[in-house]
Amino acid sequence: MRGGAGGAMAGARRGAAPLPALPRFRAPLMFAFIALLFGGLAVRSLYLQWIDNEFLQEQGSSRYSREIELPAHRGRIVDRYGEALAISTPVKSIWAFPAKVEAAPAELAALANLLETSPQALARKLGGGDFVFLARQVPPEVAERIAQLRIKGIHDQNEYRRFYPGGETVSHILGFTGDQDAGQEGIELAQQEWLGGKPGSRRVIINRRGDAVEDVEAIRAPQAGRDLALAIDSRLQYLAFRELKAAVELNKAKAGGLVILDVESGEILALANWPTYNPNARNRVAREKMRNRALTDVFEPGSTMKPFTIASALDAGKVRPDTIIETAPGTLTIGPNTIHDAHRHGALTVEQVIQKSSNVGAAKIALSLPSETVWRMFADAGFGTPPRTGFPGEVAGRLRPAKTWKPIEQATMAYGHGISVNLVQLARAYTVFATDGELKQATLLKANGPVAGRPVLKPETARAVRRMLELAVGAGGTAPQAQVPGYRVGGKTGTAHKLEGRGYANKYVSSFVGFAPASEPRLVVAVMIDEPTAGQYYGGTVAAPVFSRVMGASLQMLGVPPDAPVGNIILPPPGAEVREES
Amino acid sequence: MVRLNLLLLAVLVACALSLVTSRHQARKLFVELERERSAARGYETEYGQLQLEQSTWAMPARTEKIARDQLKMQLPGPGRVEMVPGGAR
Repeated sequence: MRGGAGGAMAGARRGAAPLPALPRFRAPLMFAFIALLFGGLAVRSLYLQWIDNEFLQEQGSSRYSREIELPAHRGRIVDRYGEALAISTPVKSIWAFPAKVEAAPAELAALANLLETSPQALARKLGGGDFVFLARQVPPEVAERIAQLRIKGIHDQNEYRRFYPGGETVSHILGFTGDQDAGQEGIELAQQEWLGGKPGSRRVIINRRGDAVEDVEAIRAPQAGRDLALAIDSRLQYLAFRELKAAVELNKAKAGGLVILDVESGEILALANWPTYNPNARNRVAREKMRNRALTDVFEPGSTMKPFTIASALDAGKVRPDTIIETAPGTLTIGPNTIHDAHRHGALTVEQVIQKSSNVGAAKIALSLPSETVWRMFADAGFGTPPRTGFPGEVAGRLRPAKTWKPIEQATMAYGHGISVNLVQLARAYTVFATDGELKQATLLKANGPVAGRPVLKPETARAVRRMLELAVGAGGTAPQAQVPGYRVGGKTGTAHKLEGRGYANKYVSSFVGFAPASEPRLVVAVMIDEPTAGQYYGGTVAAPVFSRVMGASLQMLGVPPDAPVGNIILPPPGAEVREES
Repeated sequence: MVRLNLLLLAVLVACALSLVTSRHQARKLFVELERERSAARGYETEYGQLQLEQSTWAMPARTEKIARDQLKMQLPGPGRVEMVPGGAR
């Protein structure tokens, strides 16, 4: 370089006037200056290449690669036979940046048409704001046609929508999910971990049109939610729901509940509540209707508790089924309080105390025992502790510690007042009599085969009470209407005054809990009708017929062989006494 | 020496071409894979919708209504059931 420059200068000198001599240091100085600039560039490029490379790398990769979301759907909820109760299917939500929307009026009209709204309403939505949802959860076909309009500024996003084919019949058990397909109520909430899917993502190289052409890396593998099998039998659930609804409407009642339990496994085959709601269209549904009353509400059970009082006395060896209890004159005074029977009975055997549902008899038997013994029986039968079926928000009911019981309380608790239970607890407690004294764990989830229970009664005690409960639905009992053609059944009515404020109001809870076939019980059915106002309010006339219909049809559906001749129903003569109170 | 170089050059060109074709193949196969994947997603969606449809059609409420109203079926009364000995499970 220097040589070349010198030669050119020499040539110039010869042809023209001599140039003034350059300072000797000028060339090296320029050289150093330019070298410095090159050095600066080299340092900068090294810096960008090795040290501060994040920004440029990101900018570069965003031009040829893209992270793709891999959706993971939520698991289905199915019944015990695999029939779907809740399914998620992909849908799309349409959204827009109003400021960036460029559309001709005709295009907007077409869009409004696809969204099933008026162009005016659409224009209002697009009137302002940064971000607006035009439609939530539209079917994929509609979203596809909207995308084909190619309106600038209108976008869609993938979502899942949960559908419940069973509608209002199973809504209380299943609950529902929110916008992000996450459980908000019921089993959907309790089993969120199991059901919920975790979306994954992967990085791909895209071409000029935005189609993926090569996989770069899988960032996260998507994890689909798992299916969940419930213990529910859809057919029985529908049957239970239908009969409950009919009974609530017939009796003009406020609410009602019905539970069917499998005796062998403790599975809840059906659990119906009224009032109910449709989970597929639950906008503006009162919270009131969403409550799973059979698990989250308590009531005073009334006479349905008597068998437990009697069982504790039998188990303790205090009485035998044929021990005579004097119930005349039909009242029992303890301190300032008096207990009444709805009907005068006189001397009754222990068996008849159950059959006729005598409050005085039950109270006398309870008072002959230490409070600790009665408490132990109630606690062993599962009262006072939540049933732990796997449902969120279930309640324990109230069973006060034995030490705090006054004699009058012990007497009223003997026939189910001063204690509160939920319907599932009550149904589960009756598995003690339906088996040979074992309390089964009630569950909403499908169990595989019989489940061992916790023994709480001597087998002979359980069998004796089972016999008494069979008598209670016989011609001389309080619930002849609970009988089922072709099957021997056993059960107990309850007609409890409702507590309101500080005292008992003239409102009732009518209930019936029973099992069948009595020779080898398979099912426990518990029915509760809250505040019947159509005239009838005895458990034997309001709840027992529901029990009979549900039990009969369920046994038939499950193919349980009859254990009685078909002409087994013996109804008492019309006008006979079936009254009981408590 | 020259011949060896020519030979190596030929091998190099062959390798380069095969790389190009295999890259191209890979791209094509990947595009196909993508297409199948999106089809699979489509089928999954459809499967979900069909399941939903099936369980909606099969709801006991609907079955019962059709059995009662259209097919005029009814539950046999107690007197019309004959148990077959040993036939029951």
